[in-house]
Amino acid sequence: MTDERVKELGFAQKLLMRPEMGAFCGVILVLIFFLLIAADNGMFNPDGIQNWSVVSAQFAIIAVGACLLMIAGEFDLSVGSMIGFSGMVLAIASLHFGLPVWVGILLAFVLSMALGAFNGFLVIKTGLPSFIVTLAFLYILRGLTIFMSVTTTNKTILSGMKPLAEEDWLAPFFGGEAFQGFFQWMGNMGWIETYTRGIFEGQPVVSGVPALIFWAVGLVIFAQFLLTRTPFGNWIFAAGGDAHAAAYAGIPVKRVKILMFMFTAFCACVFAMCQVTEFGSAGADRGLLKEFEAIICVVIGGALLTGGYGSVIGAGLGAIMFGVVQQGLFFSGAESSLFRVFLGGLLLIAVITNTYIRRRVIGAGD
Amino acid sequence: MQPPPLPDPILSLRHISKSFGGVKALQDVSIELRPGETTALVGDNGAGKSTLVKVMSGVLRPDEGQYLFEGREVPVNGPRDVARLGVQTVYQDLALCNNLDAVQNLFLGRERTGPWWTGFRVRRAECERRARDVLRRMRLDSIALDRPVGAMSGGQRQNIAIARSILWEPKVVLLDEPTAALSHSAAEQVGALINGLASHGLAVLVISHDIHNFVLENSDRIEVLRLGKNAAHFRSGEVTGEQVVNAMVGGKEGVNSAA
Ligand SMILES: Nc1ncnc2c1ncn2[C@@H]1O[C@H](COP(=O)(O)OP(=O)(O)O)[C@@H](O)[C@H]1O
Ligand SMILES: [Mg+2]
Repeated sequence: MTDERVKELGFAQKLLMRPEMGAFCGVILVLIFFLLIAADNGMFNPDGIQNWSVVSAQFAIIAVGACLLMIAGEFDLSVGSMIGFSGMVLAIASLHFGLPVWVGILLAFVLSMALGAFNGFLVIKTGLPSFIVTLAFLYILRGLTIFMSVTTTNKTILSGMKPLAEEDWLAPFFGGEAFQGFFQWMGNMGWIETYTRGIFEGQPVVSGVPALIFWAVGLVIFAQFLLTRTPFGNWIFAAGGDAHAAAYAGIPVKRVKILMFMFTAFCACVFAMCQVTEFGSAGADRGLLKEFEAIICVVIGGALLTGGYGSVIGAGLGAIMFGVVQQGLFFSGAESSLFRVFLGGLLLIAVITNTYIRRRVIGAGD
Repeated sequence: MQPPPLPDPILSLRHISKSFGGVKALQDVSIELRPGETTALVGDNGAGKSTLVKVMSGVLRPDEGQYLFEGREVPVNGPRDVARLGVQTVYQDLALCNNLDAVQNLFLGRERTGPWWTGFRVRRAECERRARDVLRRMRLDSIALDRPVGAMSGGQRQNIAIARSILWEPKVVLLDEPTAALSHSAAEQVGALINGLASHGLAVLVISHDIHNFVLENSDRIEVLRLGKNAAHFRSGEVTGEQVVNAMVGGKEGVNSAA
């Protein structure tokens, strides 16, 4: 049987067909672009790099969850509300009720993952599109968070977490920094700039690698391994590609999807824990629009909105691209409204090319 | 001349009845599958063919009747019990995931993994080797293992679905309309494949509507269902297409007697 369609693809062709290819090229392009126009403004000095890598890492953390969920064929539009909620849980637990910070952190994880499971359960049980169910949840959860915060503390922003977090054993895993000695040494050697005045005098402008970055890299590696190397990864692809066929093959499709909703909530909670412990405050309105930013990173990273196709590495690259452009425009002093124009355009291009590439790879069959 | 002795049936269903609400899909139906033989199950739409296959594959539980495997009555409480006996089914809609490649589809839900310290990593190389073995046995070496099956032709997809059923070295294979969506040449390939399975000693049941080109060519026996009942039983070499069709639609019993 000789059939034109069964020919093995060439190496280069295979590489070009990979879902993360577009985001990879995009990252290179925006880095070159801003090296040309914003390098003079300090974007690629140590503190500049830290600035946009932290922003990128924040995007990456929530994009990883959204990515696996989208490949499993579902959305979660309540990610932003989940960020506000879990941050407030931590702040209220430790500031209002005086619980140890680590207890507050664990409580935030337990509650947000339980809500994620409930979200998934609702979607599965009702059979409604997750788009509409989680959109409802976006409002419900945001409202409940504000209500909870106002009725217990009379405020919607709680600050003063910083000293508590510094004494805690668990909080530094979210708000701390690593390699501080190394950075101080580099500062002393004159390799990175140090402050010359004020209370930080003598300290390097970048004092270490924020925990946030480790979370982002760790989550990307974990999710990429899970997705591409384990049976569970196959199940995620199968659940999003063809839930009916997956069920015939004995895959517990419902359980897979609910677990992915929980993982998305977990990622949102990581984001919130890092934010609250690092900056020392929580707000009931935190995380606005984050669900869309996560989805944009995932789509730039090559995933299909219809499920069954995508890449975690791609989502990570999408997050880097997002962060570089947002902060790059800031460094180059461009009008910030341009960022939205750029983002919308990028999203359109990504969706169009993904759909086209998918047709070539999976076939226009269904 | 003495006919060669028949092998004992490996799978037999006796006096099976199954109703859906008021619809009597199967009434007192019996069927036997023998090793090394292909049995064609034919009948008009709604005759109960798929229902019978689903009873055989354990997806449906009959209201009445016996399920015998290798001569012994066995309890069947679901598809897993049947799979454990060595009975595999290729469903009418194939149940393949278009976005997964051939190897992922073949092993979906039954992936081979390394120990915990590898993170339960799928043994991809081992799976590919087994997949290639099976496809070579089926003379399908040209199927690309690492491309999404959605990009493949209907015939290739059908073949992968069949490969998935024989990957686990079953004794019995049930195929529900494997040629319905195929071109003539692709259907011929599936026919050759089925013959290959039977010649390796498997018992094969195949549903098809194509009496003249497929059933008569590729089966040893023909079991006709009509309105949920056994209507006729033929040996493929001793019957014409008209006789089979007559039995399906309830015309006069056998053209011979009408002469
Ligand atoms: N799940 C079901 N629920 C209700 N009726 C069914 C179901 N499955 C099959 N039937 C009915 O049983 C009869 C036999 O159907 P089926 O076995 O699919 O026929 P065939 O495969 O021979 O075309 C039909 O009248 C069909 O409507
Ligand atoms: Mg049928």
